Amino acid sequence: MGSPCAIKMENITKRFGTVTANDHINLELHEGEILSLLGENGSGKTTLMNMLSGIYFPDEGQIYVHGKPVTIASPKDAFDNGIGMIHQHFKLVDVFTAAQNIVLGLEEQGKFDLKAASARITEICQKYGFDIKPDQKVYDMSVSQKQTVEIVKVLYRGADILILDEPTAVLTPQETDKLFDIMRAMKKDGKSLIIITHKLHEVLDVSDRVAVLRKGEYIGGVLTKDANQQSLTDMMVGRSVTLNIDRPMPVDPQPRLAVKNLTVYDQLGVKRLDNVSFTANSGEILGIAGVAGSGQKELLESIAGLYPIARGEIMFYDPESGQEKNLVGMDPLDIKRAGVGMAFVPEDRLGMGLVGSMGMTGNMMLRSWRNGKGLFVDRKHPEQLANDVWKELEVVTPSTSFPVRRMSGGNVQKVLVGREIAQDPAVLMTAYAVRGLDINTSYTIYNLLTAEKMKGIAVLYVGEDLDVLLELCDRLVVLCGGQVSGVVDARTITKEEVGLLMTQHRKEDA
Amino acid sequence: MFDIVSFFPRAVMQGIPLLYGSTGEILTEKSGNLNLGIPGIMYVGAISGVIGAFLYEQSAAGRPLSAFPAIAIPMLCSLLGSLLMGLLYCFLTVTLRANQNVTGLAMTTFGVGFGNFFGGSLIKLTGSEVPSVALSATSSFFRTSLPFAESAGWFGQMFLSYGFLAYLAILIALFSSHVLNRTRIGLYLRSVGESPATADAAGINVVKYKYFATCIGSMIAGLGGLYYVMDYACGVWSNDAFGDRGWLAIALVIFTIWRPSVSILASILFGGLYILYLYIPTGMDLAVKELYKMLPYVITLIVLIIVSLRKKRENQPPASLGLSYFREER
Repeated sequence: MGSPCAIKMENITKRFGTVTANDHINLELHEGEILSLLGENGSGKTTLMNMLSGIYFPDEGQIYVHGKPVTIASPKDAFDNGIGMIHQHFKLVDVFTAAQNIVLGLEEQGKFDLKAASARITEICQKYGFDIKPDQKVYDMSVSQKQTVEIVKVLYRGADILILDEPTAVLTPQETDKLFDIMRAMKKDGKSLIIITHKLHEVLDVSDRVAVLRKGEYIGGVLTKDANQQSLTDMMVGRSVTLNIDRPMPVDPQPRLAVKNLTVYDQLGVKRLDNVSFTANSGEILGIAGVAGSGQKELLESIAGLYPIARGEIMFYDPESGQEKNLVGMDPLDIKRAGVGMAFVPEDRLGMGLVGSMGMTGNMMLRSWRNGKGLFVDRKHPEQLANDVWKELEVVTPSTSFPVRRMSGGNVQKVLVGREIAQDPAVLMTAYAVRGLDINTSYTIYNLLTAEKMKGIAVLYVGEDLDVLLELCDRLVVLCGGQVSGVVDARTITKEEVGLLMTQHRKEDA
Repeated sequence: MFDIVSFFPRAVMQGIPLLYGSTGEILTEKSGNLNLGIPGIMYVGAISGVIGAFLYEQSAAGRPLSAFPAIAIPMLCSLLGSLLMGLLYCFLTVTLRANQNVTGLAMTTFGVGFGNFFGGSLIKLTGSEVPSVALSATSSFFRTSLPFAESAGWFGQMFLSYGFLAYLAILIALFSSHVLNRTRIGLYLRSVGESPATADAAGINVVKYKYFATCIGSMIAGLGGLYYVMDYACGVWSNDAFGDRGWLAIALVIFTIWRPSVSILASILFGGLYILYLYIPTGMDLAVKELYKMLPYVITLIVLIIVSLRKKRENQPPASLGLSYFREER
């Protein structure tokens, strides 16, 4: 080892009840390097990092910072050792300004002087090229600005070891590039960084070394220059994985859902969807592409009966009776009563999809509580379904009554997708189904969707990764500023052409 | 015509207990604790002061009381009583993470019962004919106003005629407002109420802040009860006389959108509304009087509606109000 270790973790073990999140992990971070921490969902990456930032306390093991053994029992201890963590879910107070958030918890003596703090913040921002204003309120900020505040917060405290937990999950590609430039600048400045990310090309792009965790155990580390996507995936999953999506041709596609001239406005009266028309066929995956906020969320919620529709029609063609039904003006209960099999995997999993404090069984019941004739709800079938989902989708949870809120993101998504698919729907809508999921779980979800398609279900897939959209879907609807800028064949079109359609209107505006 | 010179001081005297209660509750709520035990804590603050004063008056056995202990003993007893209530609430909700609403309501029931039990005992001890305890000697110290109030005409009557606890209430409200908005402690406290996970990650001791804010808030609220008995009610304790003022104090917190400085004026407004029915000729119709008594609550509802409609983020309750915090919970 040429450079000394900024951090050395020795035999770190952390258990939550019966689940061992980290099992005797040894990890080293060299000074002045960027280390990627890689692992599937629930492999214990965040838990391990939380022990460095003082959120959790290890059950066993020893941490060394710059060669000195330390005890990190609280976030304050972490700061004192120069460790700063940028959490995946931002830890910011919305009603405070950037400056107020940054000085939070600082042990400075003397007069409380926000002005002096603001001046120092501006100085840091200039040094690394951040663009935030110290007196801007956090609730007025974009996601990337909030992240910047988090980074400035740890720099302000003089941290020289930075941990970034999935910083790119919420960023656009441009913002990600900017973040990586900042990370490289910090590295040049002598700081040591750990980044957690699921996106392998980002790992290869930004880091010097990669450490891999699997099911709470440390698998090994490689230099980034000796690694590629396939080798990292294999290490992460523990077996060879094919990174290809099987895409069979649709069998006997029939129109299942037709959206005609759909126009909706949001609460502020801004037009969110403008004259949108398309048809989703049975037995195919219809991808919906677009820059974030182009109306994808509104579109799916309109179809699901959750968004007020100003004009237009949503026609459902019943596969059994062949009848046409107009879904406009129906709420989700009306739609269900009308016998329309609709399944919806919303973007906000724990907000709209599942009840966080209930277990798997309880969440399965949300879909079936109206079934059964007796006075009491039927718990048996949901329990069975929960057990099936648990087994078939390999959900990591101690029991079916364990609150889903406390599962990791990928497992939460598996529960949700599993439940929706079990409805035997005619139409399955998914919004950002693989957001925040590791590569292996993502492919599980892709395969599930393809299996549904082969059962003759019309699948609507809203996604953000163009490569996946082009590999998974049969046709693509491209949205741009609430309008359909193209309905194209995903097998023949190129990424560049879709990219152009996605930004067509912006270019016209400019 | 409406007699503002006699109405205003009465409105203020009605308002001061509410001001104490709301200032205490604002500090508590800023730490994320929704303490619905405030009405009970104000009862306990009152009866503790009464017990202290009663024992001191008994020990003096007819001799004239000296000013300092006559004020200090009831005050310390009152502060101690409400502090213990605050500690109990914190222990249950912060340390044991019990549900805040249930705990608060239970404490209100407990506090009112505690007050009535000891109030009843004292009444029995004095063996008086009327169901009340009169501590007029102690009360006269609490009600001493500025010496030149009498000679200052209407101005004196409106602004200088109150006992020291009334001025203390305003000072505490102003000071609380300053601490909350201008100091580091205030910023940290607000962050605990808004997002304890953030505060915790920033190295702020969430538990300590919650305990201190809630206990100090309780003590301030307890003084409101003391003021009511010693000053407003002229030292006469009778069971249930304090009424629903504690709930009005909590309504006031919402009405002022968590601002102690606004609470100074708003408490006088509420006090005025509370007694308005006495000043408006309603004849013998008792039902109309009851309608007037509703006014403070109606106005709170209207403010809630307006604030909700405007949706300004600063005007919302502390984001984590009513939730308990556990670091390792996700």
